[in-house]
Amino acid sequence: MSRLRVRYTKHGRIRFLSHRDVARCLERAVRRAGLPVAYSQGFSPRARLHFGLALSTGFESDAEYFDVDLVDGRSAPGLDTLPSVLGSALPEGIDVEAVVPIAPGTPSLQDAVVSCTWRFTVPGAAPGALAEAAARLTARESIPLTLVRKGKQVREDLRPLLGGIVAEPGAMGTELTVDLGTKPRSVRPVEFLSALDAPELTGDVADVRVLRTHQWINVDGRRCEPISLGAPSTRIGERAS
Amino acid sequence: MTVPSADVRRPETVRTDPPGSLWSRLEPLLARVEKPARYIGGEDGAVRPDWSSRAPGGPVSWLFTYPDTYEIGLPNQGLQILAEIVREHPHGVAERAYAPWIDLEAELRAHGVPLFSVESHRPAGSFDLIGFNLSAELTYTNLVNLVDLAGVPVRAAERAPHHPLVCIGGHCTYNPEPVADFVDLVVLGDGEEVVSEITDVVLEWKAAGRRDRREVLEALAAVPGVYVPAAYEVSYDGPRIRAIEPRWPGVPEVVEKRTIADLGEWPYPKSQLVPLTEVVHDRLNVEVFRGCTRGCRFCQAGMITRPVRERPAEQVRTMVAEGLRRTGYDEVALTSLSTADFSNISELVGRLAGTQESGGGSGDLCGPVSVSLPSLRVDAFGVGIAAELQKGRRSGLTFAPEAGTWRMRQVINKLISDEDLYGAVESAYSQGWRRVKLYFLTGLPTETDQDTLGIADLAANCIEVGRRHQRSPGVTVSVGGFVPKPFTPFQWFGQNTVGELGRKIGLLRDAFRNVRGAQMKWHDPAATLAEGLLSRGDRRLGPVIETVWRRGGTFQEWSEHFDLDLWTGAMAEHGLSVDDYVYRHRTEDEVLPWSHLSAGLHQDFLWQDWQDALAEVGLPDCRWTPCYDCGACTGYGIEHVVASATPPAGGSQGTGQGLSWTPGGPAAVPVGAPTRRTT
Repeated sequence: MSRLRVRYTKHGRIRFLSHRDVARCLERAVRRAGLPVAYSQGFSPRARLHFGLALSTGFESDAEYFDVDLVDGRSAPGLDTLPSVLGSALPEGIDVEAVVPIAPGTPSLQDAVVSCTWRFTVPGAAPGALAEAAARLTARESIPLTLVRKGKQVREDLRPLLGGIVAEPGAMGTELTVDLGTKPRSVRPVEFLSALDAPELTGDVADVRVLRTHQWINVDGRRCEPISLGAPSTRIGERAS
Repeated sequence: MTVPSADVRRPETVRTDPPGSLWSRLEPLLARVEKPARYIGGEDGAVRPDWSSRAPGGPVSWLFTYPDTYEIGLPNQGLQILAEIVREHPHGVAERAYAPWIDLEAELRAHGVPLFSVESHRPAGSFDLIGFNLSAELTYTNLVNLVDLAGVPVRAAERAPHHPLVCIGGHCTYNPEPVADFVDLVVLGDGEEVVSEITDVVLEWKAAGRRDRREVLEALAAVPGVYVPAAYEVSYDGPRIRAIEPRWPGVPEVVEKRTIADLGEWPYPKSQLVPLTEVVHDRLNVEVFRGCTRGCRFCQAGMITRPVRERPAEQVRTMVAEGLRRTGYDEVALTSLSTADFSNISELVGRLAGTQESGGGSGDLCGPVSVSLPSLRVDAFGVGIAAELQKGRRSGLTFAPEAGTWRMRQVINKLISDEDLYGAVESAYSQGWRRVKLYFLTGLPTETDQDTLGIADLAANCIEVGRRHQRSPGVTVSVGGFVPKPFTPFQWFGQNTVGELGRKIGLLRDAFRNVRGAQMKWHDPAATLAEGLLSRGDRRLGPVIETVWRRGGTFQEWSEHFDLDLWTGAMAEHGLSVDDYVYRHRTEDEVLPWSHLSAGLHQDFLWQDWQDALAEVGLPDCRWTPCYDCGACTGYGIEHVVASATPPAGGSQGTGQGLSWTPGGPAAVPVGAPTRRTT
């Protein structure tokens, strides 16, 4: 069995698709592309596609990934043509940007990704005000957060998972760019927004456009992307092993 | 309703919407609603509409609309077929719309955004025709709501020439009278041919300046299969109808349904839509035949879609193979009213099973494909087919014996014996299925408590049969209240009251307490009442529907939104009696609200069949036995299109076997002249 890693985007109106819907679209696209996908055993066989961190409905992304297991020894489209073959079977807004083979034993996306970079576009907010709110947030020693998990209230600290925040003017409003950690638990973008004590955000969070620009993994202590678009031939698995 | 002027926050930068698109006003609303993927379009197979026709008056634009949510409406094959045919018309444009869920509707109304198409997000009011599929009575208030949300006056009489023509089709339109006030035209029967004829008439009207609404409606009323309610006058005599007569010169006294003679000429949908988000029946569907002559007396679909027209087996294979390849689906349903009756079913199944095994290796299909038969015949043969097709997922299998005793099944002409059912479940459990699902009706004509309780006995016996093969076999029993439908032999029958249906369901619940392994589900008798009201109602129900709608009674198909009090309250307010409309037996000489419409069935055939039902006499399937002249073939000069003149192997239901089986029961005598059909 061999495994491919695919990098794709989610832009425009397709952002209203749920993670589950995107997964089903990808599963059909993989079948239509003629990839010899491996299926799970058992009562109700499923195509073996492995997804990373779910992207919430309504959010866009420059950098989504999934892994797919293939049955060996069957003819498959060439790697160089795969992005366009897959892309033509996918809705507008989902573009396949790169496909690379990964070595056996490569950590799953779920395990490997340690943080994501997010860009929030806040319409009608002044960059200065948001920058001040960001500075107040990063100056705090702890950012307690109360969550309900399995029916119980849990208190967590958001601070260790919060990276630097940059606020700058953009075409559609002020753009806030921030790194949010995923270990031991992914910080949800809305949790960040509600922690950010900014009057501009006390209104309707639904108006904020949210874009995931990067997902990050550690390779030999260095931060890099699961597939870097600058170097499409990178064989992550080999480097990681 | 007039749509108030737009009061919506504009996005910070100007986006370039295609002409006529509401997208930039809609987009901010979608971030606030549940499952926004339902509103974005972009399905695989969807076509970018071409509005560029340069014909005088062109293009003629249709908005095909399902009056329920996207999840329910998108898979509707009828609307997809019609949209494809309109797109093939040189001057036709077709887009689709669905009922926005309550959260989005509130946002739309608050921001003055009208109902929109999902392809190019154009306002519904900018289309020439809004074509609704009506498949369920409880969607009628949604129809009215969507017309209103489109910014179009809900009453047809109040519409101006620039408003869309509101058109309905689908099984409910065999009695469109309850919604007659709200629609401009009704299509009876198969829509494949007539949709283009309507397009031509509207094109001509637009080219001539689109001046007078009456002018186009008169021209449309001359198209066979098109019924224009405004062209007919209904007069009343107290609670009864005195007469239904043409009000406009030249319109037919009786509007006949349309029937396509050869399904093989209509290989649609050619490009079935693959939704981006989950919907019901999310799979490839290939219609293998249309029509059914089993003659089940409760079944409106079987009566109004006659005769049987099979698709050539080769075409079925092509549509399956190409459809799977194009869509990437891993499931295909072979649809019809009774797929095991397809002449070439054994060969077809053999071929499909072969395709499954070579799946992936052949390059045609990647991975396993499951084939489903949504309507399985109740016998071992049907199960054998299912077993051959469903190598993988074997969770549940569904049968519809419909009634608990052989006596009752003779009344309804669902001619399967207890042994047929036990044979089927034996076959299922022995081949690995763990659970069977059984569908029943209660509230049928002549039904006694013994018949009702027979349902529990059958289920218990099925579990006994299952114990021979499984440790804990399961049976799920679904019980629905019977609603008499127009153009069936039971159209004269007075429906059971809510109380009576409730009592029968109570009896069954008690009986099922002692049946281990059985689970019982039932349809709310209150909803059955509202369905009955609309199923056989007349035009006087228009104000009732409007009142229910104005009080917020939309999405009545959804149990969490259904409210019987809205309906009974509106009936009382308009001085109408539920007893009279729903519970009363009709008489032979009575003018029924659909007397001016025809599904081809002779009135005396239906009446005789009703009498036979009361006498517990079964009637065999005319596909393989002499014609009893119901009228569906002879009246329209068409015939069954069946590849095999003999009944399918192993089949018993409707083939004559078992009809004289009942001890002491009357012998089976087909009614009508036993004349063989001549070619």
